[in-house]
Amino acid sequence: MTLDSKIPSGPLAEKWTKHRAELKLVNAANKRKYHVIVVGTGLAGASAAASLGELGYNVTAFCYQDSARRAHSIAAQGGINAAKNYQNDGDSVYRLFYDTIKGGDYRAREGNVYRLAELSNNIIDQSVALGVPFAREYGGYLDNRSFGGAQVSRTFYARGQTGQQLLLGAYSALSHQVGLGQVQMNSRHEMVELVVINGRARGIIARDMVTGELKRFIADAVLLCTGGYGNVYYLSTNAKGCNTTAIWRAHKKGALFANPCYVQIHPTCIPVSGDHQSKLTLMSESLRNDGRVWVPKKAGDNRPAGDIPEEERDYFLERKYPSFGNLVPRDVASRNSKMVCDEGRGVGSSRQAVYLDFRDSINRLGKDKIEERYGNLFQMYEQITAENPYSVPMRIYPAIHYTMGGLWVDYNLMSTIPGLFVLGEANFSDHGANRLGASALMQGLADGYFVIPYTLGGYLASGGIDKTTTEHEAFVEAENSVKSLVDKLLNIKGKESVDYYHKKLGKIMWNKVGMARNENGLKEAIQEIRAVRDEFWQNVKVLGSADELNQSLEKAGRVADFMELAELMTVDALHRKESCGGHFREEYQTEEGEALRDDENYAYVAAWEFAGVGKEPVMHKENLMYENIQLSKRSYK
Amino acid sequence: MNLTLHIWRQKDARTKGKFVIYKVENVHEEMSFLEMLDILNEQLIAKNEDPVAFDHDCREGICGCCSLYINGRAHGPKRGITVCQLHMRHFKDGDSIWIEPWRARPFPVLKDLIVDRAPLDRIMQAGGYISARIGSAQDANTILIDHDTAESSMDAAACIGCGACVASCKNASAMLFVAAKVSHLGQLPQGKLEREKRVLAMIAQMDKEGFGGCTNTKACEAECPKEIKITHIARLNREFLRASVV
Repeated sequence: MTLDSKIPSGPLAEKWTKHRAELKLVNAANKRKYHVIVVGTGLAGASAAASLGELGYNVTAFCYQDSARRAHSIAAQGGINAAKNYQNDGDSVYRLFYDTIKGGDYRAREGNVYRLAELSNNIIDQSVALGVPFAREYGGYLDNRSFGGAQVSRTFYARGQTGQQLLLGAYSALSHQVGLGQVQMNSRHEMVELVVINGRARGIIARDMVTGELKRFIADAVLLCTGGYGNVYYLSTNAKGCNTTAIWRAHKKGALFANPCYVQIHPTCIPVSGDHQSKLTLMSESLRNDGRVWVPKKAGDNRPAGDIPEEERDYFLERKYPSFGNLVPRDVASRNSKMVCDEGRGVGSSRQAVYLDFRDSINRLGKDKIEERYGNLFQMYEQITAENPYSVPMRIYPAIHYTMGGLWVDYNLMSTIPGLFVLGEANFSDHGANRLGASALMQGLADGYFVIPYTLGGYLASGGIDKTTTEHEAFVEAENSVKSLVDKLLNIKGKESVDYYHKKLGKIMWNKVGMARNENGLKEAIQEIRAVRDEFWQNVKVLGSADELNQSLEKAGRVADFMELAELMTVDALHRKESCGGHFREEYQTEEGEALRDDENYAYVAAWEFAGVGKEPVMHKENLMYENIQLSKRSYK
Repeated sequence: MNLTLHIWRQKDARTKGKFVIYKVENVHEEMSFLEMLDILNEQLIAKNEDPVAFDHDCREGICGCCSLYINGRAHGPKRGITVCQLHMRHFKDGDSIWIEPWRARPFPVLKDLIVDRAPLDRIMQAGGYISARIGSAQDANTILIDHDTAESSMDAAACIGCGACVASCKNASAMLFVAAKVSHLGQLPQGKLEREKRVLAMIAQMDKEGFGGCTNTKACEAECPKEIKITHIARLNREFLRASVV
């Protein structure tokens, strides 16, 4: 298989315009003859379903929650980037493109990233038109804040609820189309299988989560907008229901999975408090605008933060990275926090935390200003920890947050299965080995509002889609395979719960395929993952039946997929003998402990083909071509 | 701490439900309320009993999934938070806790503590949007919005659609939910063009779904996890009146 990224030729800044001009079109009156399935209703899915419905396509959308508005995009706090240069501080499309490529440690495609930067401005315009109440200055103009990995202020925000407001904007556009009958919305439905007919994606099997009924849905194209797979670690900032099932089952049907080992670990999360912990809560990166990260200079210093004098504090990010200071990218901040904790300088009872201190900002700006900027975050922190961050510094520690890897897609967002498109976090395309803050919202909406409406038309207009029905044997087979999987899970009747195995898997992944990885650990992890997977299939206990609302059964199906994905992530991490972005191999680091890339041998996308459970997957390479940017050591010093 | 839980169990929408008593032991004060229920469910699974079904997802107070009525209050005893943000340090050893689903005729129970809130989506589909064709927007800074209007609109936009307002209202009114959307969009210049059509359509759908009217008891405001004020209901009433006469 040769991977063709289909990046248009020509100058970087003209690629997207040229491509749009060359894409085939579906005539306005013919759009109603096409059916499109959209799975997931986060920023990518809601914006895609709304845009396609508005164009006249018949759209059927799915989400596992009770309402489309609840998708986990809603939890993004800090903001969304755009190259508006409203601040007159030197921003441009090119600079946003450059920062994003550099932030991704030179492991993303130039063409895709440039398009993303180009579309960023349209997203702000569209969102405002839909009523997103972004923060305003007193003159009525839009306000901005700064985020990691950038030296300009280009982040638009709506208090600490930017993701929520952007999603509600897309959800309102989606609701409009549902009301008009252009989109059929199926909430509490989970996609459990992809249906491929004559090599093309033609439908899905979805489980009605209230009645347990398996339903067949047919379409001319299928869009997966189902988010990332961070929950493979059990503890993450993802919502409890976030899962890999849609993309993993598509992978098993032939879609290549790219760069699965690229996982983002977010530096500012509330530390774990005990074994009961069910998820981790993020404290927005925007806090690093005004909070200073530090630990005591001395290991084992037990004094309360307030008793540690200035000269005995180590503001380690400011010390090591004077030009970016506390606003270094996430991977750099996380790794450094881990390093100081490994040196025994961590704080709090677990010693697995560093301080994020607002004392100086409160003194400089006043408590009111800090409250206006971060009030809801401070409140959330206090609810969870019972500590008041206005008077004592926050304790934070890195946590799994986002997955840059995902299904391989070309420039049209189409996977290796024709007719199967993948948008947002579910694909691998734009963030390389590390995503910059405030860029996930940008990508989800760019894909849904402004890319897929063009590229989907190009696919449909090219023809070759046969007439078929849900009676086709591929539908029957797909439904039967789901049925037997469900029966199998219900009939193991073992001794341990699904959560027990999920936690066990999560621990292996966090310890050996987490923030720092090495060859031995990864090799051990593969054996351990296989062992826990075997045990799961022999000893898991799933109560209840298939034909009812059964949350244990839902979880069991998802964890079964995580068990397989975990091995692929580990294989990918083992093969990539370099450090880049979120993938840090201890064997490959500079003397100062920075990631050491190997551009000569690893400047490619690793796209894996499924060969069977427990079998060595087959790797396909897409070499990354840099025509505009000089690859260099990523420095934030 | 050790607790006695009285939990509403109901097989499905057609079957009658009842309270069932459970003991849960070794609860730590750092646990969230939902983590306490996780522990109960693990105990139930170990005894081959059906775990308690409840809606939850983000567990950080923003998705609006969780929807428990605890000791007679939507989202429990603390103000301004959802159940997932409620921590066990607010309870003490030996407490008895009653846990129920949202109770309102338009929200039928699907199982145990899970209800169907689709009527709220249908209200949004009737008019909770601005018709701005994707791709047609001009530069965002051509619409100036003064700081205070943007903030006031954002206050209303903070609604997470959890339905606590409906559950805590003796009339099962969805007025605070509708008011939040009407107030969010109606205050913004870009939302003013459709303001009459929006408020009439949303109110009509609200009535059709069987939600009651507002009698100003302020229970919704007291229980709203995002502390949305009933002044937005006053604005809704003005918008409705205005739309009915123009």
